[in-house]
Amino acid sequence: MTTAPLDKPGSLKALPLGKARLSHTAVFWLGFCAVIALLIVAPLVLTEFWRRFLTEVLIWGLLAMSSDLLIGYTGIVSFGHSAFFGLGMYGAAGALLTVHPPNLWLAILSGLAGAAGAALFVAYFSTRLRDIYFAITTLIFSQIFYVIIFTWTAVTGGENGLIFTRPHLWIPFIYDARFTTTTMHWFVLAVVTASYLILRRVTQSPFGMVLQSIRENEPRTRAIGYAVERYKMMSVMLSGLFAGLAGVLYAVQNEFAAPNFVFFLTSGETVIYNVMGGIGTLVGPIVGAGFFQLARELLSRFFGDQFPYLIPLGITFIAIIIFLPQGLLGFARRWLNR
Amino acid sequence: MGAIAQFFQAIPLDLIIIQTVNGIVTGMILALIASGLTLIFGIMDVVNFAHGELFMFGAYIGVLVITATGSFWLALIGAALIVAILGAALQIVTLRPLIGRDPLNTILVTFGISLVLQNYALWQFGPVSRKIPEPIESHFTLFYLQYPWYRILIALLSAAIIGGFWLFLKYSKFGVWIRATAQDRVMAQAMGIPVPLVYTGVFAIGSAMAAASGVLFAPTTGVDHSMGLDWVLKAFIVVVVGGMGNLGGSIAAAIFISLLESYAAIWLDPSQAVIVSFVALILTLLFRPTGLFVSTPR
Repeated sequence: MTTAPLDKPGSLKALPLGKARLSHTAVFWLGFCAVIALLIVAPLVLTEFWRRFLTEVLIWGLLAMSSDLLIGYTGIVSFGHSAFFGLGMYGAAGALLTVHPPNLWLAILSGLAGAAGAALFVAYFSTRLRDIYFAITTLIFSQIFYVIIFTWTAVTGGENGLIFTRPHLWIPFIYDARFTTTTMHWFVLAVVTASYLILRRVTQSPFGMVLQSIRENEPRTRAIGYAVERYKMMSVMLSGLFAGLAGVLYAVQNEFAAPNFVFFLTSGETVIYNVMGGIGTLVGPIVGAGFFQLARELLSRFFGDQFPYLIPLGITFIAIIIFLPQGLLGFARRWLNR
Repeated sequence: MGAIAQFFQAIPLDLIIIQTVNGIVTGMILALIASGLTLIFGIMDVVNFAHGELFMFGAYIGVLVITATGSFWLALIGAALIVAILGAALQIVTLRPLIGRDPLNTILVTFGISLVLQNYALWQFGPVSRKIPEPIESHFTLFYLQYPWYRILIALLSAAIIGGFWLFLKYSKFGVWIRATAQDRVMAQAMGIPVPLVYTGVFAIGSAMAAASGVLFAPTTGVDHSMGLDWVLKAFIVVVVGGMGNLGGSIAAAIFISLLESYAAIWLDPSQAVIVSFVALILTLLFRPTGLFVSTPR
């Protein structure tokens, strides 16, 4: 990765517009702070149920955001993000079950290690292939992990999964207390915000520019001299790490790890969040996750638990692809990436 | 020497022969599914995620027709026809607007279709699996097993359908249109071939093949809403191993993969035997990414 960085595409145009660009930055960060402030205050206002709901939306949003790095920026669709999510979950579960007293940071580290292992495996094999083949092989690889976790009952608990207790929210020398739903929410919010800032920085870095040029024209990027496969592997691994982080958060929030989350459906829903919210925006997938989860909640409240909510949501999903291919936040895509 | 002789003696020959028959039978069903999948991909550049659900729908319609009329053969034809119409309708409504867009969009749309169909089946037919009787009850003796003739019939019928389809591609006018479109879409259109109609027709034929295999397969285990995913995953593996868009390669790969899984099931739990085909896929990706059964890597 010693190649020269690409120029940012906007740099030429941005020069004479120095003033407009400054105001864009100001508006962006003001909006960012407003949203974060709202999310910080939210748990103080909401009821217990909606507090948990919002936290879960943030976690699913993080998972979807990680997959956006692949779909929206590298231009490859992963149908295997459940593997990274699940390995993060089981990695965290392993640390929480073996170490006493359970340690939050150890759980995060071990979950990330699990996800990184899965990501390395998937990245090595599937980045040899282009778009459609990549989607199929990631799907098949995630099923490998599912079969292993489902059948290896001695270690993973098989179909029943693993149950454990939540670690304390422990910040060395500063804070040590049990998680409440409010502190859990703030913790998740902090992790998701940090992940967003890191991913935003990555997509705007020279590395991110190369990824976007792979998305726009892979043969040309290769012809310029970039080692496309290596860049793709890096992006799959990075994406897998953040997906694993989402898995850790989910495990800590719900105090269990279950093979259902490694199943293909989780990957599929991740893709749906991306497409609904708008790919290539990083925040779009979070909005998509919120939209999906809220619609599901409202549908099952309105029509009862047995209502097949995936039918109307699936039809909405198809309609969005056909009529609104940029997703709900697509109109703001350029603005958000500046 | 003693160790080698012992190893060969430890291989249960009767089991191997039984599993070979089993493998070829499932392989032929798989070949029927995968050839529809690879046909749709080869001609339309569409990876049909909903293929497993069309298979499942075919099986359900088969169940309904059998309970209504009692005739298995009517069910086979009825399911193929109804699912062909369903496939054509789906193609016109969802895939036609996407022609000319990035092929990734088609994966997403067909994934959406598969979600809707699967949940519709769950909602409509419930989670309990349905069973239909085998149309031929007689058995023959294979070592200590009473092996049903019906399974042999499945393999023969699948082969007949694939063969008939091949003849159709080779000699009928529509088949020539399909092959022309596969070779060069723009040129085919310029020569007056109604390409959108060819696309719809191809999707309908692929759907009908999936439905037919669904009905053929239904008596052996049973029908439930989630059966599609297993088969579509296997079919994806087959299609990648056989070389995407390559009909002959898919058929060879289907039998190859099924045989591998049957042999693995001698020593492993059936649910773990799936891993063997995953390994076959990984090895193929490593050494022959264009597919095992493609003569010249492109």
